[in-house]
Amino acid sequence: MIVEIGHYALALALGVSVIQAVVPFWGVFRQDRTLASVGSSAALVSFALVALSFAALVTSYVRSDFSVGNVVANSHSAQPLIYKFTSVWGNHEGSMLLWVLILTLFGALVALSRRSLPPRLRAGTLAVQGLVAVAFLAFTLLTSNPFQRLAPVPAEGQDLNPILQDLGLAIHPPLLYIGYVGFSITYAFAVAALIDGRIDAMWARAVRPWTLLAWTFLTLGIAMGSYWAYYELGWGGWWFWDPVENASFMPWLAGTALIHSTVVMEKRDALKVWTILLAILTFSLSLLGTFIVRSGVLTSVHSFATDPARGLFILLILIFFVGGSLALFAWRAPLLRQGGLFAPVSRESALVVNNVFLATACATVFVGTLYPLLLEMLTGDKISVGAPFYNATFVPVMVPLLLLLPIGQSLAWKRGDLLGAAQRNAVAFGLAVLAALALLFFTRGGPVLAPLGVGLGVFLVLGAGFDLAERIVTRASGWQAMLSRARGLPRSAWGTALAHAGIGLSIIGIAAQAWSTEAITVLKPGERLTSGRYTIVLEGMSPRTGPNFRAEVARFQLFAGDRELTPVEASKRVYTARAMPTTEAGIRTDGLSQAYVSLGEAQDGVVAVRLYDKPLILLIWIGSLVMALGGGLSLTDRRFRLAAPKRAAPAGAVQPAE
Amino acid sequence: MRRTALIFGLMLLVAPAAHAVQPDEILPNPALEQRARAISGELRCLVCQNQSIDDSDAPLARDLRILVRERLVAGDNDKAVVDFVVARYGDFVLLRPPLNAQTLLLWGAPFIILLLAIAFLWRRARQRLVDAAAPNALSTEERARLAALLGPEDRSSG
Repeated sequence: MIVEIGHYALALALGVSVIQAVVPFWGVFRQDRTLASVGSSAALVSFALVALSFAALVTSYVRSDFSVGNVVANSHSAQPLIYKFTSVWGNHEGSMLLWVLILTLFGALVALSRRSLPPRLRAGTLAVQGLVAVAFLAFTLLTSNPFQRLAPVPAEGQDLNPILQDLGLAIHPPLLYIGYVGFSITYAFAVAALIDGRIDAMWARAVRPWTLLAWTFLTLGIAMGSYWAYYELGWGGWWFWDPVENASFMPWLAGTALIHSTVVMEKRDALKVWTILLAILTFSLSLLGTFIVRSGVLTSVHSFATDPARGLFILLILIFFVGGSLALFAWRAPLLRQGGLFAPVSRESALVVNNVFLATACATVFVGTLYPLLLEMLTGDKISVGAPFYNATFVPVMVPLLLLLPIGQSLAWKRGDLLGAAQRNAVAFGLAVLAALALLFFTRGGPVLAPLGVGLGVFLVLGAGFDLAERIVTRASGWQAMLSRARGLPRSAWGTALAHAGIGLSIIGIAAQAWSTEAITVLKPGERLTSGRYTIVLEGMSPRTGPNFRAEVARFQLFAGDRELTPVEASKRVYTARAMPTTEAGIRTDGLSQAYVSLGEAQDGVVAVRLYDKPLILLIWIGSLVMALGGGLSLTDRRFRLAAPKRAAPAGAVQPAE
Repeated sequence: MRRTALIFGLMLLVAPAAHAVQPDEILPNPALEQRARAISGELRCLVCQNQSIDDSDAPLARDLRILVRERLVAGDNDKAVVDFVVARYGDFVLLRPPLNAQTLLLWGAPFIILLLAIAFLWRRARQRLVDAAAPNALSTEERARLAALLGPEDRSSG
C-alpha cells in the first residue's frame, strides 16, 4: 500500500509540476497576478508530494519490503539500518528520486523565500523550475520507476554493492546532488530573465545566494567523494580525472566562474550577458553530468544502446534544456542592455580574467571528457584521455589564474592600482618564494615542481590573510579599533578570504603528494615494512564476522620514526550475498599526514601489504572544507540571507565595500 | 576507473578488490622499477574504464605490467617500451593521446579557447577605448542608420 501511495504521489507530482510550468507563464503573459502566483503553491505541493514518495521508498527499504524490485536488487535484510536507508539512493532509480526530491525542494525554497523578488521574475523562475521537474519526473516514472512490484516475492534481497556500504554513501550523493541541482535555480533565474527581457543588479543579488548555496554544497560533495574514493578504493589515489568525476567538476568550475561574474554584475552592473550565459551553461553541465553518468555512454558509445530508453530520454532532456535555453539566449540576449564600462586595471577586470581562465579550464575538461566519445562516433577510432592529459593541459591553465588571484583580490573596484596591489602582495609573495626555495633546498634530488606548488599554496593562504589584515590593522589605531573594524567587515569579505585560503591549503596538500611514498611486499607475522616516515609490523591475522560480511583482519603496530602510534587494522571483506570481496584500508592520521595500509592476497600465513606515507594529504580536503566554509559564511552575509527580514535601512542603502 | 565510477556516479558496475602492482612483479633494481611505474601510469588497462595498468588489478593489466618490466630489463629505453606496447595495442593504450591530426583539436582546445577569449576581450576593450574617446560620437553604423532615417525628411524639407 505504502509503495502504491509513493508511486501515486510521484505521478501526482508530475501533474502538479505541469501546472507549475504552464500557469505562471500564462499569468505573466496575461498580466494576471493571481495566475502568476500559482507557481509558488504548485512548487510547495509538488515538493510535498515528492517528499511523500521518497518517504514511501525509504519505508520499503527500511522494512526490507522485498515485493519491490528496487529493494530486492539493492538491499538485504541483514544490512545495518544505516545502509538500508542509504541503499535508497545507492542505485539508479532511487538516486533519480533523490535528484527530483532536491529539485522540488529548491522550487519550494524559491516559493518560500521572503526576499523581495519582482513578481514576474519569481513567476518565471518557478515556471522554468517546474519545467525541469516535469522532465525529470517523467523520466523517473517512465524509465526508472523505483516502485515496481515483483510478482513472486523473493525471500531475500541481493544486497547493496559492498563498495557502497559505507558512511560515504550517506553523505556524498545528497551533498553532490544539492550542488548539481541547486544550479537549476540559477538556470531558471537566467531563463526567466531572458523571457522577461530585463536584467539588472537586482537580478544578480537575487541569484547570488542560490549560486553560493549550490557551489558550497557541490564543493563539499566533490571533496567528500574524493575522500571516500581515497579510503575505500585502497590504493591511495584521491582524484583520477575519471569522466564521472569530471562530470561533477565541470559544473564546479563553471559555478565558480558564475559566483565571480555575479559579483561584477551586482557591483558594477556589467558582464550581464556573460553572467546569463554562464548561469545557463553551469546547469547545462550539471545536466550533461547526469547524462554522462546515467546513460552508460561512458563505458563505450556502444553501451549507450544497452538501455536506449534511459539514455535517449536523458539525451532529449539535455537537448531540450540546453538547446532551448541557448536558442533563447541567442534570440533575447542582444536585447539586454549592456552594462557599464570598466577600466582595464580594476577589480572587475581581474574578475574577467578569473572568468576567462576558469572558463578555459572548464572547456579543457569538457573537451577531454567528450573528445574520445565524439571521435569514436565520427571515425570509429578509439583514443584514451587520462590523467596525463589533464596534468599537461588543466594545470597550466590554472597556475596563472591562481598566481594572479591574490593580486586581483587586492585591486580596488573601478580604478585599481596595479603597482599598489603588487606591492601589497609583495610580502606574501616573498615569503612564498622563500618557502619554496627552502623546500627545494631541503628536498634536494626530489621532485622539483612540488616545492613550487607548495609555494603557490602558501602565497594564496598568505595573500588571503594579508588582504584581511590590511583592512583590519591600521597603524594609528589600537586593538579595540581593529576589533570593531574586523566586526565591521562584511561576512562576504571573510568568506572570500576563507575560500581563497582554502584553495591554497588544498594546493599545498596536492603538491605535497609528490613526496608520498609507497612500499609493497609480502609480510609474515612479526615482519616489518617501512615507507617514508612510517614503519608497520604485522602482528597477526584474524577472522571476523560482520552483519553481512566475513572479514580477514590484519593488525599492525605502527611507528613514525621511534614514536609508536596507535596500531592500525586493515582488512579484506567478502560480502556474503554477492560473494564479492572488498578491501578496507587501514588509515592512521598523524597530524595532517596519514599512514595508509592496504592488504592484497593472503595465503599460507603471509599477506601482501602496501604501505603509503601520505604527507599533508588531509590538507586537500581541509582546504575544500575551508572553501565551503567561505561559501557558507558569504551566504550568511546580511545582503544574501535567504529568508532574512528586511533591514531597517532603506533598500538603496550603501553596501559596505568588499 | 570502475570503482570511482561507482562512487561518483553510483553506477553499479562490478568492482573487484583492487590490488594493482603485486609484490612478485617488482623489479629488484629500484631505478628500473621506478621507470616501470612511471610508464605503467601512462598506459591504459584495455579492459578497464579509464584506468591505468598501474592502478588496475585486471589480469590483462598484470600481463602488461610484466611485459613493461621485461622490456626494461631487456634494456629498452622508456620510449621503446611504450612504442612496443603501442605497436601491439594501438594508440588506445596511451592515456596521454599522441598529438596527430585526429587529436589536434583535443590538445589545441585550451590554447584556442584562451586565445579566442583574449582576442574577444582585446577587441571589446579597444572598441570601448574608441567609444570613450568620443563619448557622444555615433558609430559608423549608427551614422548610416541615422542618415537612412533622416534621408527622406531631408528631401521633403529641402
